[in-house]
Amino acid sequence: MNTTEAETDGLDRLRGRLADTAAKEGLLDVSYTLLDSPVGPLLLAATDQGLVRVAYEIQDHDDVLDSLAQTVGPRVLRAPRQLDETARQLDDYFNGTRRSFDLRLDLRLTRGFRRHVQEHLTAIEYGHTQSYGDVARALGNAKAVRAVGTACATNPLPIVLPCHRVLRADGSLGGYIGGLAAKDTLLTFEIRA
Amino acid sequence: MKPSFDHIVREHGQTVLRMTRSMLPPADADDAWSETFLAALRAYPGPLPDANVEAWLVTIARRKATDIMRTAARHATPTDTLPDGLSQIGIPDAVRRAASDGIAGLRHTYLSSTNGPNR
Repeated sequence: MNTTEAETDGLDRLRGRLADTAAKEGLLDVSYTLLDSPVGPLLLAATDQGLVRVAYEIQDHDDVLDSLAQTVGPRVLRAPRQLDETARQLDDYFNGTRRSFDLRLDLRLTRGFRRHVQEHLTAIEYGHTQSYGDVARALGNAKAVRAVGTACATNPLPIVLPCHRVLRADGSLGGYIGGLAAKDTLLTFEIRA
Repeated sequence: MKPSFDHIVREHGQTVLRMTRSMLPPADADDAWSETFLAALRAYPGPLPDANVEAWLVTIARRKATDIMRTAARHATPTDTLPDGLSQIGIPDAVRRAASDGIAGLRHTYLSSTNGPNR
């Protein structure tokens, strides 16, 4: 069935209105929005506890929404206004005017040692890097290098929890959930800023 | 596995809007659409029939549209006496205006025929 532009406009407006009302009435498990960025469109998702997920396009946004529906709850809507503050801080970061984030975080998608690693990431300052081994040692478990790698690879909040600042001991990039090009972009502009 | 509610809105929003717009004027149709999806969201995932989400939504939408129509009907004000309409009787100009309108029409017909290909 064909959809005219006027119908799409009308529908977008109605979806926005629905999301606002649903959020106000506390009916949503997850609000999300999409943010354009120098590392491609980012999906930002929040619960009433705080930011729960940041996802790169290569992680497949539809898959991420499906998995949020299964793990957090199925009442998911695109509700940009609920993520205004997050989007603003990320915009500032990409414009080079912000070096750390001041956001409520919902870390329910991670636990145990991984969570421990991911929380430690905020200790690595803007423009600085650590090796996977450094992070393992900082957490008192020098042998857990691979586990640190896994924790970075499963970070539910990349950029905000800066796993892009963790490199191999030889200074090479290692891996990154947003792809190596994104890791390189983030590190390059952080070091230049 | 229950899909995200967002997926349901994307998948069926258009169909529900077409349905409410076929029953109501645009502003009311938009309200019916919003109420339909809010009601669906309140119930979601609840006793959602896996097989036919659209039929479920259309049923809610028809009920919401009917409610809105009933409310609109209740707000209409019934009266015993019909309001006065406009009358042509006793207006001096009316006959002249009718005649001149008629003549203007004739003149147009006449000019059209003289401008025709047979001139």
